Amino acid sequence: MITFLLQGLRISGPYVLAALAGVFSETGGVVNIALEGILLNGALAAVLAAYWTGSPWLGVLAGVLAGVAAAGIHAFAALRYKVDQVISGLAVNFLVAGLSRFLLKLVFNSTSNSARVEGLAPWAGVDPFLVLTVLIVIASHWTIKRTVFGLRLRAVGEHPRAAETLGIKVLRMRLWGVLISGALAGLGGAWLSLDQHQFTDAMSGGRGYIALAAVIIGKWTPLGAAAAALFFGFAEASQIILQTYGLRVPTQFVQMIPYALTLAAVAGLIGRSRPPAADGIPYSDEQD
Amino acid sequence: MMKALAREGRWIAISLGITFAVLVLSILALRQNPLTVFGLLAERLLLKPYGLGQMLYKATTLIFTGLGCALAFRCGLFNIGAEGQLYAGAFLMAVVAPHLPLPMILLIPACLAIAALGGGLWGLVPGWLKAKRGAHEVITTMMMNFIALALTNYLISAHFHEPETIHTAELPVAAYLPQLPMESSAVNASLFVAIALAFAVHYFLWSTPLGFELRAVGSNPTAAKTSGVPVDMRIFLILVLSGCLSGLAGINFILGYKHYFEQGFASGAGFMGIAVALVAKNYPIGVIFSALLFAFLSQAGLTVQSVIPRELFEILQGLVILVVVICQNKYGGAE
Repeated sequence: MITFLLQGLRISGPYVLAALAGVFSETGGVVNIALEGILLNGALAAVLAAYWTGSPWLGVLAGVLAGVAAAGIHAFAALRYKVDQVISGLAVNFLVAGLSRFLLKLVFNSTSNSARVEGLAPWAGVDPFLVLTVLIVIASHWTIKRTVFGLRLRAVGEHPRAAETLGIKVLRMRLWGVLISGALAGLGGAWLSLDQHQFTDAMSGGRGYIALAAVIIGKWTPLGAAAAALFFGFAEASQIILQTYGLRVPTQFVQMIPYALTLAAVAGLIGRSRPPAADGIPYSDEQD
Repeated sequence: MMKALAREGRWIAISLGITFAVLVLSILALRQNPLTVFGLLAERLLLKPYGLGQMLYKATTLIFTGLGCALAFRCGLFNIGAEGQLYAGAFLMAVVAPHLPLPMILLIPACLAIAALGGGLWGLVPGWLKAKRGAHEVITTMMMNFIALALTNYLISAHFHEPETIHTAELPVAAYLPQLPMESSAVNASLFVAIALAFAVHYFLWSTPLGFELRAVGSNPTAAKTSGVPVDMRIFLILVLSGCLSGLAGINFILGYKHYFEQGFASGAGFMGIAVALVAKNYPIGVIFSALLFAFLSQAGLTVQSVIPRELFEILQGLVILVVVICQNKYGGAE
């Protein structure tokens, strides 16, 4: 039972962080399909830095920075040049997929995986990532619901024109939303690769898209999205456990759960799921 | 056509120039001679029937998915479900076709119809959800992609695979599309189907009343509604038609090359179709050229991998998308 719990939490972690990342970006009104690429970039940078410096903590830092960098490209195209947000997100995913394979080849001379690196040492028996993530979930909820920053972020996502009238710099707020999103998903990527002590090709494995599903099911709130991500993670873990007991649920059906639930959610079958009103709509700053 | 080229020439030239410059700089950074690399590309890809044939083969799949995406985008719907629609169409065709006792002249059209039907069915769900429940198509089509991948994966491994393999039974010889005589490359008659389809979509969108209505729904739904267009029905139709086009993409691999369905046989071609459509600014004829560009980048990596890592060209594919959409917004001029 304890192993199942720990296994579930371990699997859920990157989902939870990526889902929170999605909430920050979309609360500010920027759709973030780039989560998949951000996770991957974070995972790669974490392993590279840990490999070169020997310090997994520098790996974590590098993962966060690489996430911010990938999100920065998305923000640059979507906010500065008003490129459609779905398009610029997809472009980032393509770019990072190529880049990660390129560096894998160049640094480790492999098409599949990196060398082994040191993971994080546990804090009193607990995975530091787990502690950080719990703190981040609470902090995200508090930031978005209770702070001036959160209020402004919600304002530019709901009604940017009105927010601007009140003197809020819309594009700057949206940029913050996307960059925080990059930091969180980058951390999620670092968890993914440092937990397995190596980077493997395409290791984000669709988690960025599942995180987007969690954002929708969680109705664009930090706690809701984190809970949905946790649920998806545990569904994946339970399937591994069932298999070890000889009960065979086809893997593919468990894989389909998040997607089928999301379809039901957007179809209004399990309560109406409504995005921020200006989510995905580019905004032109008049003073720009 | 020529007028369009003159209007679009600026952003095309600038974005290709930037991409080319990045390529040259990267080759120099890898301590290789760009001329050696370009020499290899000319010799083994553009001037050798095998290389050219492989590039055309890859372009064929991309033309289908690119058309599927372009049709939907042109009509204002962001269908990113080409990947799932491709798999749904290809899978349905691969499992039904071996049971059809038809002569070649009927079997091939039947296969095309089944593939289109499968893709259309996969577009029908997001179409219905959009028209009736207002669910955003970006989310629904993306979810349908992953459901298609998981479902075909399951059906193959549980029911339809040939013993000892991970693919379906082979199709009867009467369903084979002829290969083109370009050494041993995979390019086949699907290429002509794809090109013909591009012209057909162009004709449909710009020269028929229904095509005009669909574009009107995209550019101004309110005006379309006021002038009596049944907008919900049209939205539904757009997503189904778009699914049909992407569903046909599987014929390139299944009717023209390997003659069976294999999990992951066209991995990413549906997602790449989005890029192909965008670079073509959602013009059906432009899709042909845009598909050639991405097929070139993909084949170029394989061609020169003895000198530079082929992954460099994967980065370039991502870069092209970004550079092109930025340049279109900056230098593109009016529609």
